[in-house]
Amino acid sequence: MRMLRVGRWITAIGLVLLASVYVRALSFTPIEQSQGLAQKIFYLHVPAAIWAEMAMILVGLSSIFYLFTKDPRLDRFAASSAEVGTIFCAIVLTTGPIWGKPIWGTWWTWDARLTFTLFLFLLYVGYLLLRSAVPDPAMRARYAAVLGICGMCEVPFIHLSVYMFPTLHPMPIVLQPGRPKLPGSMLTTWLLSLGVFTLLYLGFVVQRYALSYLREQLEAVGEVGHA
Amino acid sequence: MRSPKLLRHAWAVASKDLLVEFRSRTAILSAAVFVVLVLVVFNFGRDPTAVSNVDLAPSILWVTFTFAAILALNRAFQLELENQSLDGLLLAPIERSSIYLGKLIANLVFVALFFNVPVLPYLVPLMALIALATVGFVAVGTLFSAMTVRTRFAELLLPVLLLPFMIPPLSWAVLATGRLLAGRPLSEIVGWLNMLAVYDIVFVTLAIFLFPATVNE
Repeated sequence: MRMLRVGRWITAIGLVLLASVYVRALSFTPIEQSQGLAQKIFYLHVPAAIWAEMAMILVGLSSIFYLFTKDPRLDRFAASSAEVGTIFCAIVLTTGPIWGKPIWGTWWTWDARLTFTLFLFLLYVGYLLLRSAVPDPAMRARYAAVLGICGMCEVPFIHLSVYMFPTLHPMPIVLQPGRPKLPGSMLTTWLLSLGVFTLLYLGFVVQRYALSYLREQLEAVGEVGHA
Repeated sequence: MRSPKLLRHAWAVASKDLLVEFRSRTAILSAAVFVVLVLVVFNFGRDPTAVSNVDLAPSILWVTFTFAAILALNRAFQLELENQSLDGLLLAPIERSSIYLGKLIANLVFVALFFNVPVLPYLVPLMALIALATVGFVAVGTLFSAMTVRTRFAELLLPVLLLPFMIPPLSWAVLATGRLLAGRPLSEIVGWLNMLAVYDIVFVTLAIFLFPATVNE
């Protein structure tokens, strides 16, 4: 199927570019003064976090339109976006502690930002569990849409948590009011990384979308049971 | 107009649920036993010389509250599935949102009945706090329990889905309760109360709009 191939190509290009972002971040970007090498993880952590939140918002938006139009393509997209979001959220939750250990001296702290990111992850897991627990496709799509919309409405609470609570987590330095507080070369690396993550998100979602389409076709002719 | 009718129907649904409960008393009894059990377990799970009562009170209060609320929420729509009475309710000539509101009111009364009692009733701010925090997560919980009762592992799925929506209001409430019980001035917790109010407004509105999608065929 063409779509699957396109998705694979986008993902492959994204992975190659990801490697080059590593090279650029490690060799051609200055080392941050107070955090040293640990700061390099910022180029993975923040783009992944942005896309983990974006994926949930996209799930919510497509869910809203699904409830109006009942178009199965929107439901398929929401499911794909949620799965990819789960992965990105897992990246955030693993790179965070790796950075936190040398900088904060602890892997994990029950800080507002960290806790809310954990909730985002649990939200994704709940979403995928709910999908797997409802056998009827139309009902599954509706239920998932309801949960997706609720999930989207929780993202602002998560994103604003650093402003509302006393927190250990660094304040946003790129997505904040005013100009980014980042030297030019670091900003370039970061923007490249954000672009790569966007590409990876696209590639994963396109592949996942194509796969779920194929699965539905198979189910329609009775080749496989419900998974 | 529409809204008074909406509320009247909602009240009819709520009073039906409450009447069923007061006649059978299953939920009240099981929740009462549950609360006693939690208190007993907490009593043995702490070192009374190391942790003072005031420090522990907010956590005991909210742990009990959370789990008992999940127990109560699970029941909300389970009751309707027996004898297909949900179909009867859906066929009634009333708005779907009023069914939701009715369920919400009934659930709130359940949850409130069990747990406001042991909690120093003379503290008005504490009551306001409990009310605000409860409305937020019971609103989402009622919505989700309408979905989960018809899935494969209902009792397990509801807590899993609800947890991310339950903890934000809960964490604010725990922080505020601690301050309150420690005798801090009210102005220190106004921020938490505002957050809880915003959360409630967002999710009650959302749930009213989304509920029809969970029951329509």
